[in-house]
Amino acid sequence: MHRMNESAWLVRKLSAAVLFAALPIAMPIAMPIAAVAQTAPAVPPVKLGLVTFLTGPAAGPFGIPGRNSAEIMIEMLNAGKVPAPYATAGLAGAPIVPKFVDEAGSTANQVTEFRNLVQRDGVNAIVGYVSSGNCLAVAPVAEELKALTVFFDCGTPRIFEEKPLKYVFRATPHATMDNVGAARYVLKKFPELASFSGINQNYAWGQDSWRDFVAAMKALAPKATVDKELLPKLFAGEFGAEISALLTANSKVVHSSFWNGDLESFIVQNGARGLPARSTMVYTAGETAMFRLGAKIPDGTIIGARGPHGVMAPDTPLNKWFRQVYEDRFATAPTYPAYHMAQSILGLKSAWEKAAAAKGGQQPAIDDVVKAFEGIEFEGPSAKIRMAIGNGHQGIADIAYGSFRFNKAEGKAEIVDIVRYPAECVNPPANMTSTAWLEAGMPGAKCN
Amino acid sequence: MITVIAIVTDGLVYAAWLFVVAIGLTLIFGVMKILNVAHGAFYAFGAYAAATAIGLYFDRGWPVVGGYLAVATAAIAIGLVMGYILERVFLRRVYGKDEVVVVLITYALFLILEDVLILIWGTDGRSAYQPYVEAGSFIVGGLPLSVYDIGLVGFAGLLAIAASYTIKKTTFGRLLTAVIYDRETAAAFGVDVSQIYTVTFLVGAVLGALGGALTAPKISVTPGLGVEVIVLAFAVVAIGGMGSMEGALVGALIVGLFRAGAVHLIPQLELFSIYAVMALVLVFRPQGLFSRAQPRKI
Repeated sequence: MHRMNESAWLVRKLSAAVLFAALPIAMPIAMPIAAVAQTAPAVPPVKLGLVTFLTGPAAGPFGIPGRNSAEIMIEMLNAGKVPAPYATAGLAGAPIVPKFVDEAGSTANQVTEFRNLVQRDGVNAIVGYVSSGNCLAVAPVAEELKALTVFFDCGTPRIFEEKPLKYVFRATPHATMDNVGAARYVLKKFPELASFSGINQNYAWGQDSWRDFVAAMKALAPKATVDKELLPKLFAGEFGAEISALLTANSKVVHSSFWNGDLESFIVQNGARGLPARSTMVYTAGETAMFRLGAKIPDGTIIGARGPHGVMAPDTPLNKWFRQVYEDRFATAPTYPAYHMAQSILGLKSAWEKAAAAKGGQQPAIDDVVKAFEGIEFEGPSAKIRMAIGNGHQGIADIAYGSFRFNKAEGKAEIVDIVRYPAECVNPPANMTSTAWLEAGMPGAKCN
Repeated sequence: MITVIAIVTDGLVYAAWLFVVAIGLTLIFGVMKILNVAHGAFYAFGAYAAATAIGLYFDRGWPVVGGYLAVATAAIAIGLVMGYILERVFLRRVYGKDEVVVVLITYALFLILEDVLILIWGTDGRSAYQPYVEAGSFIVGGLPLSVYDIGLVGFAGLLAIAASYTIKKTTFGRLLTAVIYDRETAAAFGVDVSQIYTVTFLVGAVLGALGGALTAPKISVTPGLGVEVIVLAFAVVAIGGMGSMEGALVGALIVGLFRAGAVHLIPQLELFSIYAVMALVLVFRPQGLFSRAQPRKI
């Protein structure tokens, strides 16, 4: 017994000596582990699905700026580094774990990927979709799966107008605002406009944009008529015949909601054939192309950014911070898809934390977040967003339009003559669909 | 009058582009009986290679005229390299196999090459507008036309003449015709069919890449542009008759003029017009307008 006690004593002494000797080595390793243990999240992370074009034609101008924006917003939110009112970490203290999914591929493929995100990956919420077609296809599936989904960019007004939705939100105003803003700006520049033409892509976004622009023009300038109405296929790339048709129409103004390569190709092709000398071009999504094309865009071209984003954004602390971190990381200025993504994530954070506050700071259930999201108001980097229409699921905000000018002295693209229109001036009221509002002559629009 | 001028010129420009794209496809099918879906990849790689070459060339401030040479050189180089690799490594192994197998292989190659393209050039679009813009424009009947576009019509015309001359007047053309009609008999008479196949595939690949390269200065070169083109090229080849050069020319002209007419007169039918023409032709001529009589083997 004595011998055994003696052995045990010896083992204890040896162990203590070894531990003491190893302390200087173990400390640097142990400290971070202890620190990690101390800073380990008190609440489980929120898994966030992020769907945007990572490949394909829409990746460059839309998908990648959206992804980049999500990357920095999530990183900064997790670190609690976003300026007020978003300075708290994560979503009510829960760190955000992103899972990016490529939006490229067929609409059917997107529905499958959406189900995978919800049912296989178990994400808590999804922020995503550039394509209007994908938004229309995913919305009913989100309802079926009771999956909180925030559309970040797609523009078709039909999402909440065709059927009320519970789990789907869009913190980005839809295309009606773009086209009402464009019509108001066009008529400010050309008050006596007698006729106009349009060239828009032949799918949901292009058709809705053109329909809304024509309806807004009809309301604001009833005598103006349509000269040419062209709807080439998406990603056509070659617009020789369309440009000839516009040249022969000789309209004072040509409206286009083109984006991506189609927009750039169209600008170059029509420029080479002198169309801008006959007609002022109005590009409702033109901001994404202006830095790439620079001087190839004629001065005076009317440019929209689907909101008061990018160069048209106000000089607020949140906007200054957003532009700075984006430019520091990606060496380029954020264009409107980056703003759309940022404001969608901030909208989700606002709703999440409102729901958490209602539960005394505890993590909310998804249904609590859904309830909190409805009708919420929050600050985006470029404007205040009010979830004011679509039963509180569709955001409205101000919009700005301006005229392009290439600053030869500094060699950079600029927007001048910027006019900002209030949200209630360019968005339908809560009790009307876009089409009904436009056809009725935009009753209740408050523009001052 | 201006509308007629516009329909004719726009139709010819579109037809020229379609012909340049489709002639390589129809040549490969005519000789090798391969429905080459990977032709869309030749087109896309040609466009990217040209956009890169134009960027490198014009960034140095060199004379504009050399830029057109850069486009042609890039297309020929990329077509030869890709054509050689595809023919030697993949297609050579499946000659004589069921046509469906060959279509599946070229389709698989097309999909793989789409991803290779993104690996090389990334997802951002590329623009190389200088050759198009620098060429300038001129006015016909009040309608400004692009010199580059009209140049494309001229190039397509020369290509059609060169193709016709090569097939009818040269030794290689006669050998080609022999292989087209009966590969086994041609081989029995000492024609090196394997070599004819390689040369044909390389020429087809270069023409596909050239189609993309000539389009690059007009468009924003983005991933996925090969998909759009291959469908149109197949429509043209189907109208003209699979494997017929004259058919590709006439098919391109019909599609080009119908499409231009639709854009100017009934724009709502633009998308429908191309496939309506194809359906109409195939109702009366299921083998296409210029399909060859098939020799019956005994």
